[in-house]
Amino acid sequence: MSHSNNATEQVLRSSGVDVRKCMRCGKCTATCPAFDEMEYHPHQFVYMVEKGEIEKLAASPSIYKCLSCFACVDRCPRGVEPAKVVEAVRLAVIRQQGQNHMKSDDIPALLDEDMPQQLLVSAMRKYSK
Amino acid sequence: MKFSYYPGCTLKTKGKDLDRYGRLSAEALGFTLEELPDWQCCGAVYPMAKDEIATKLSAVRALVSARDAGEELVTLCSACHNVIKQTNHDMATDADIALRVNNYLGLETPYNGETTVLHYLEVLRDRVGFDKIKAAVKNPLTGRKIAAYYGCLLLRPGKVMQFDDPENPTILENFIRAIGAEPVIWGMRNECCGGYVAAENKAQAEKRSSIVMEDAKKNGADTVITACPLCLYNLAKNGGSDLPVVYFTELLAEALGVK
Ligand code: SF4
Ligand code: SF4
Ligand code: SF4
Ligand code: SF4
Repeated sequence: MSHSNNATEQVLRSSGVDVRKCMRCGKCTATCPAFDEMEYHPHQFVYMVEKGEIEKLAASPSIYKCLSCFACVDRCPRGVEPAKVVEAVRLAVIRQQGQNHMKSDDIPALLDEDMPQQLLVSAMRKYSK
Repeated sequence: MKFSYYPGCTLKTKGKDLDRYGRLSAEALGFTLEELPDWQCCGAVYPMAKDEIATKLSAVRALVSARDAGEELVTLCSACHNVIKQTNHDMATDADIALRVNNYLGLETPYNGETTVLHYLEVLRDRVGFDKIKAAVKNPLTGRKIAAYYGCLLLRPGKVMQFDDPENPTILENFIRAIGAEPVIWGMRNECCGGYVAAENKAQAEKRSSIVMEDAKKNGADTVITACPLCLYNLAKNGGSDLPVVYFTELLAEALGVK
């Protein structure tokens, strides 16, 4: 992602989100259960993508903190769907060679006897390509 | 009544009780869940990106099997349900995704979201009816105070899932009444437990799930029910509470006398 314009275009296309609809009310961030964990919050993702500041987002651990709970999607009064922006930035990162956030070799250390498959399948889907 | 049924990988392993009690109860209530012959794991999270095609294929294959069998498709795991329902919505409403998926699959008859996807709870509400369930109950769970945990995936995104009012749902509470118990109404029932990060960020998962469990306890619940193996794992393991967390199908089977 050396060219910021291309990266922005890619995130906009991949997310399908119209970031210009955002009125910066902050409702998405107020309802986000991952708020405390995030350096950049859902409304900042939307705003920073609009301004083309993808590199900062791509370098931030915030992209791995989203819980895919769709609370911001449902509660945004303008139908912006911030979670889709977070996911598109994360995908732009992990689709690059060598950028997987989790590898299958990491899994055995995380296992416990009650852990459902669902958790491992979803972690691999969200964090690696 | 017969339905195509997509159990999902977790219901074949750690989540066996959700499946087993669901099937036993279905037979007791007069409907059959016919497992799809050739299903594959749905991937557990809906791929939100417009340019993710390969990750949507297993959900579409399940939808196509059900269509070809001429049946509605029933799911039980909240996560499978969310993935399959949202993918079906894409196939019906996003022409670009539908075209690319259809090109890839090369089906005889292209698929465009024709299958009706139902969660097991919707079968109970809309196909069987809670009145009939109430009449079929042999051991009413009288005196039990049960907190229904919806989590996120059954309800959201509301306009796609169309399962219930996402901010003020009633389906699980009506289910609880039908089996003779009393539903507890509590604020955290549709807020996320942080299950998805339980593998890599246990501290975050512990924090979120403790908030959920404390709220259930504070409101007088003796049991928490869920339809999601990940919610169950996370709340029971990381919620720091002595309240039991069980699958709704287990209580249904108990009430119907088939447990
Ligand atoms: S809730 Fe919607 S409109 Fe408000 S800040 Fe978030 S994205 Fe923008
Ligand atoms: S989907 Fe992600 S960003 Fe949106 S509210 Fe949930 S955790 Fe926050
Ligand atoms: S959500 Fe789960 S349990 Fe359900 S099939 Fe898909 S991955 Fe496996
Ligand atoms: S596991 Fe937690 S994260 Fe998932 S639906 Fe259940 S509530 Fe939300």
